[in-house]
Amino acid sequence: MSRQAGGRRLLTPVVVSLWFAFLFLPFAGLDAGGIRAAAVLFAVFVAALVLWRSLSGIAAKVKVPTAAFSRLVPSDSRYLVLLLIPVLILPHVAETYVVDVAVICGIYIILALGLNVVVGFAGLLNLGFVAFYAIGAYTYALLNTKIGLGFWQALPFSLVFTTLAGFLLAVPALRLKGDYLALVTLGFGEIVRLVLNNWDRLTRGPNGISGIAAPELSGVPLGKLSNYYYLVLCCALIAVFIISRVKSSMIGRAWLAIREDEIASSAMGINTVRYKLYACAFGAFWAGLAGCLFAAKMQFVSPESFTFMESVLILCMVIIGGLGSIPGVIVGAMVLVFLPEVLREAQLYRMLALGSGLVFLMVFRPQGLFGGKGVSVGG
Amino acid sequence: MFLQQIINGLTLGSVYALIALGYTMVYGILELINFAHGEIYMLGAYLGIILLGFFTAIGLTSYSLTLSIILTLVLTVIFCSSYGFTIEKLAYKPLRKAPRLSPLISAIGVSIFLQNYVMLTQGATDKVFPQLFGDRGIDFLSSRISLLQAAIIVAAAAVMLVLHAFVSRTRMGKAIRAVAQDKTMASLVGINIDVVISVTFIIGSGLAAIAGVMVAMYYGLVNYFIGYTAGIKAFTAAVLGGIGSIPGAMFGGILLGLIEGLGASYISSEYKDAYAFIILVIILLLKPEGLLGKASEEKI
Repeated sequence: MSRQAGGRRLLTPVVVSLWFAFLFLPFAGLDAGGIRAAAVLFAVFVAALVLWRSLSGIAAKVKVPTAAFSRLVPSDSRYLVLLLIPVLILPHVAETYVVDVAVICGIYIILALGLNVVVGFAGLLNLGFVAFYAIGAYTYALLNTKIGLGFWQALPFSLVFTTLAGFLLAVPALRLKGDYLALVTLGFGEIVRLVLNNWDRLTRGPNGISGIAAPELSGVPLGKLSNYYYLVLCCALIAVFIISRVKSSMIGRAWLAIREDEIASSAMGINTVRYKLYACAFGAFWAGLAGCLFAAKMQFVSPESFTFMESVLILCMVIIGGLGSIPGVIVGAMVLVFLPEVLREAQLYRMLALGSGLVFLMVFRPQGLFGGKGVSVGG
Repeated sequence: MFLQQIINGLTLGSVYALIALGYTMVYGILELINFAHGEIYMLGAYLGIILLGFFTAIGLTSYSLTLSIILTLVLTVIFCSSYGFTIEKLAYKPLRKAPRLSPLISAIGVSIFLQNYVMLTQGATDKVFPQLFGDRGIDFLSSRISLLQAAIIVAAAAVMLVLHAFVSRTRMGKAIRAVAQDKTMASLVGINIDVVISVTFIIGSGLAAIAGVMVAMYYGLVNYFIGYTAGIKAFTAAVLGGIGSIPGAMFGGILLGLIEGLGASYISSEYKDAYAFIILVIILLLKPEGLLGKASEEKI
């Protein structure tokens, strides 16, 4: 009996590894090099699986405190203030390159926070979130280059347009559920990108719009990187503040209730359609802000920045951190922006890791690194 | 001109229909949008190039072209079915009881992985498919159907007929229909759900593989991101016909091909790729059950 189990313990990894070597063989190349690559892969797989099996035997005895991740985020605001200090002095101590990446990171944090409202709070999967980002960026770009409005005059227009766009998409889309909603939003995102790409007279098509002015605040040029850093930081902090306030308001609680159980929450008297509309419009608002900041930072926009992969990337930030958790989303955005910069040499494998990481995360820790189980109201 | 567009549309449409069948069968059983399905089609196209290149290198193509094409098709189907089978076991099966968002995200992960895996191993530039058929074709009424187009349309029709017979006549086909109707009841009468789901993925991936090889021959160019667009279009076709319905997917695929062909020549070719998305949005908003599907009541 035990010998049989021992035999299976060795046999299964070998069979599984052979299977994967077979699957990978044609793409590794049907020649000596490819066969060697497949053989190496086979050996690595056997080793990994044997290790995994013996480790999971041990792991079954040791209780892994998965909740430790959630505890990593200090709930005490004093610690958060300590964390803010390096963030505040960054432009004075770090190289330009680091500050540049940090600015991009800040823009992504705002975007991810916005998507988190839609996906994390209200549970509506939006696969075309980048459309709102694009609308925000192009609104500023066009108002600036065609009419000559400055950043601060164009910003309200951008925000109003994206919020309206979020609203307009949501009105018909909210009749749909789950996957269908995801696909309609995906379709919407692609249509927006294709229009930007083909409406040559207005958007100059794939060439994009260049020469967008950098913002200025009462004589202080915000185009200077360190100043722009503080602008983005301010916007991100405002986003965190407002979104966390809204999260614990009546509206936020209604969102969480809808996410957890739509039928029960509508039975409790929540107007689900109205609150979903709020979520879509509110989420789109932040994408508009991020879009404006992006256009002003790059001083150039083109449809290439607003592809489906970008939507997926933002979604990954939200999911990695943990759906619905604000600190989680911030960490998720930071991880996905900074990690590829740190691992420059591994750049090629970045997307490979992202793809398999998503599958792993869904299978082993679907609530993300920082997300708690179930509803986290008041947390 | 009009007839020519119909022929082009039919060719494209039968390919969409083949891919759409995979979506619709998986959706019918698991209610999962298998986002990675388009990538299987892309893998099929690449495998076609790789295998034909291999056969040319060992001299089989100069010996018998037909034999090497048949071998390529068979091997591609075997490989792609294995990919589909493995993807289901790794990325979807552990999530069968999870909230519906999880398998969808997992599927997106698989799709990203496969795209980038192919990009890394095969390069980011276009791959050229060897020209095998030359320019032969049949001319009639001032339009022209090439040999390849005819082959694609006939092969797709044949495959769909076989599939239809399989689903409606065989024991396994009956089991698939039973599981699509009600998983719990099906398992109560002794149907092994896991086997049925695996078979569905294997068949769907095999069909996508055939579509991949045929499209690679038709366009002559393959890239690692063709799976995304083709996947969305095929999904649109499935939704258009009524998702979950097998005849619906065939009908939707051909209809979408015709709309694209005619739209590109009579409305605007720049927005060719947008038609599918616009149709997708309109259908989902106005008639989410599709043209041939039945509206389903939501169970609480």
